[in-house]
Amino acid sequence: MPDAVPTDALVSLRGVSKHFGEGEARVDALRDVTLEINAGEVVGLLGPSGSGKSTLLNAIGCIVEPNEGWIALDGEVVFDNRWQRNDLRRLRLEKIGFIFQSHNLLPFLNCVDNVALVLHLAGRPKGEAQHRAIELLDYLQVGHRRQAMPAQLSGGEAQRVAIARALANRPRIILADEPTAALDSERAGIVMDLLRKLAREQEAAIIAVTHDEKIIGRLDRICRLRDGRLVSTTENRAGPRSETTT
Amino acid sequence: MNLAFRDIRHKLGRFVLTCLGLSLLLGVVVTMAGIYRGQTADALALVRSIGADIWVVQADSHGPFAESSRIPGDTREMIARIGGVLEAGSITLQTVQIGRDGRRLRLQVVGFEPGRPGGPVNMVEGRPITRSHYEMIADRQTGLSLGDKVDFGRRAYTVVGLTQGSVTLSGDSVVYMTLKDAQDLQFDLTPPETRREFARGSQRTNTDIVNAVVARISPNIPAEAIAADVRRWKHLSVLSAGQQEAILVTTVIERARRQLGLFMGVLTVVSAVIIALIVYTMTMEKLREIATLKLIGAPDRTIIGLIVQQALLMGVVGFITGSTLVALARDRFPRRVVMDPGDLVILFGVVVVVCLLASALGVRVAVRVDPARALVG
Ligand SMILES: Nc1ncnc2c1ncn2[C@@H]1O[C@H](COP(=O)(O)OP(=O)(O)OP(=O)(O)O)[C@@H](O)[C@H]1O
Ligand SMILES: [Mg+2]
Repeated sequence: MPDAVPTDALVSLRGVSKHFGEGEARVDALRDVTLEINAGEVVGLLGPSGSGKSTLLNAIGCIVEPNEGWIALDGEVVFDNRWQRNDLRRLRLEKIGFIFQSHNLLPFLNCVDNVALVLHLAGRPKGEAQHRAIELLDYLQVGHRRQAMPAQLSGGEAQRVAIARALANRPRIILADEPTAALDSERAGIVMDLLRKLAREQEAAIIAVTHDEKIIGRLDRICRLRDGRLVSTTENRAGPRSETTT
Repeated sequence: MNLAFRDIRHKLGRFVLTCLGLSLLLGVVVTMAGIYRGQTADALALVRSIGADIWVVQADSHGPFAESSRIPGDTREMIARIGGVLEAGSITLQTVQIGRDGRRLRLQVVGFEPGRPGGPVNMVEGRPITRSHYEMIADRQTGLSLGDKVDFGRRAYTVVGLTQGSVTLSGDSVVYMTLKDAQDLQFDLTPPETRREFARGSQRTNTDIVNAVVARISPNIPAEAIAADVRRWKHLSVLSAGQQEAILVTTVIERARRQLGLFMGVLTVVSAVIIALIVYTMTMEKLREIATLKLIGAPDRTIIGLIVQQALLMGVVGFITGSTLVALARDRFPRRVVMDPGDLVILFGVVVVVCLLASALGVRVAVRVDPARALVG
């Protein structure tokens, strides 16, 4: 077991590299990425297609195992140079909420149950899970569609149900891969405002991959990737922008 | 929240259709097993309906069912005099076709001596034969009812009693009449030349021929002792009831039985392969959902439960529906279908094991699914 975590950051990556394939077919999706994200922050990952944004997000979400480096989430080391925790699924259930462009709702459960399922898996009693699921759907303004099956929802409604599910267990880390791509700009703004509000209220870190220039103004920090390298980090918090280039 | 059940409810029509298909397939397997049992039961039905302890037949013959056997009509008196024999009766057997309501009815005619062994022990309606001529007892399978008149040769016979379950090993219905009637009938049906011979005055010496003598023996005397006594007459041999049944099952229907058994085995394997394919396909179709479950942090137990429960439910519903269909349609089969509870239990066990093995195959794939797969388009 690696040593205690020497950082206060909620998400912490040091020298993370990931390649796919070997030899001729080798693709370096991430090269030596070091990044810290604090509670309450909304961070955007930007970069051209194939630059490694999704791979970075998946590495943080413990879906992709890096080849090298060190990753800690909320005070727990999850990866340290080839060593990987073996209770990643519990970690995902308790600490991480995923929001994806394809909403990944389970097609055979209605909206409430899609949300209630993750609460249920985390050991909440049935009634409480249902209650909280309905509360969350109401909060995201899809409460009226709670009995609908995912196939009957519009893109924006499904997206909001998926967000409700991502938030259900009050995760401290929310990972979103192009969360607003399916939404019109007005809805996209609403979703981003909501995520910002959550970050503040729940002391959560939000990391969102986006191509969408319209929502950049709503991010606290922008990390740009190119060919697997983190090439710049732009603070967006207050007043004039300060740009640091690595 | 039971995911297996929810998923089925979501695609109910498809699940019902799959179960229906499977139930028809398993129904065929159940039917095969039933026909297999039915054939054995049919082979023994006639022997058992006569209910004799020993069968005295022509020397070196395994008659009267497996081989032909002809012995003199006075044999019965000799047998009856042997110590330990309680009662004995002569029987004749012949196959007759008669026309009835425009269709041909194939019958096994058993001639017996009323009041002596050889008559049916499985009567369910009517009365035994009391007159010495022109009365008969028929099996229900013939479709005849009490009081019906049936033409045999030049005579009409009245049905006075009905039996249940008397059939020959080829599935023909059995009717019983007095020995005398049966012998006359045999004569009536002999070729015209022979009859012409008799008409010219040659003696009917050979009409008092029977096919076997059946006897009931005292429970205190071993059948073997009596058999030894009988064998001293060189023209006779003796079969115990057990031997008679063994001959029928092991020699007469052996090939048919093996054929059916083989076919049943092949069908069971085919069903197993089909169940495995269905379960595997069901899993493969759910890979995205399985990946999503992993992504949101569901443990393997949840995913395994989903697959195994669906496979088992499908197998159990298919088996029960299939067996029920066969049970309902059983009487419409041209030959007897015996649903042996032991067979059903074994088949059910096979179905459950196959479902479990097939889901193990699916589970193997499912636990290896990369959660990242949920993210692909
Ligand atoms: N499972 C994989 N196997 C092989 N190569 C992969 C795999 N996943 C990603 N890659 C490669 O790694 C590189 C980075 O991919 P990634 O999906 O992170 O890009 P991205 O920045 O998210 O692009 P986009 O904006 O198009 O979504 C790409 O060249 C991609 O082809
Ligand atoms: Mg991507």
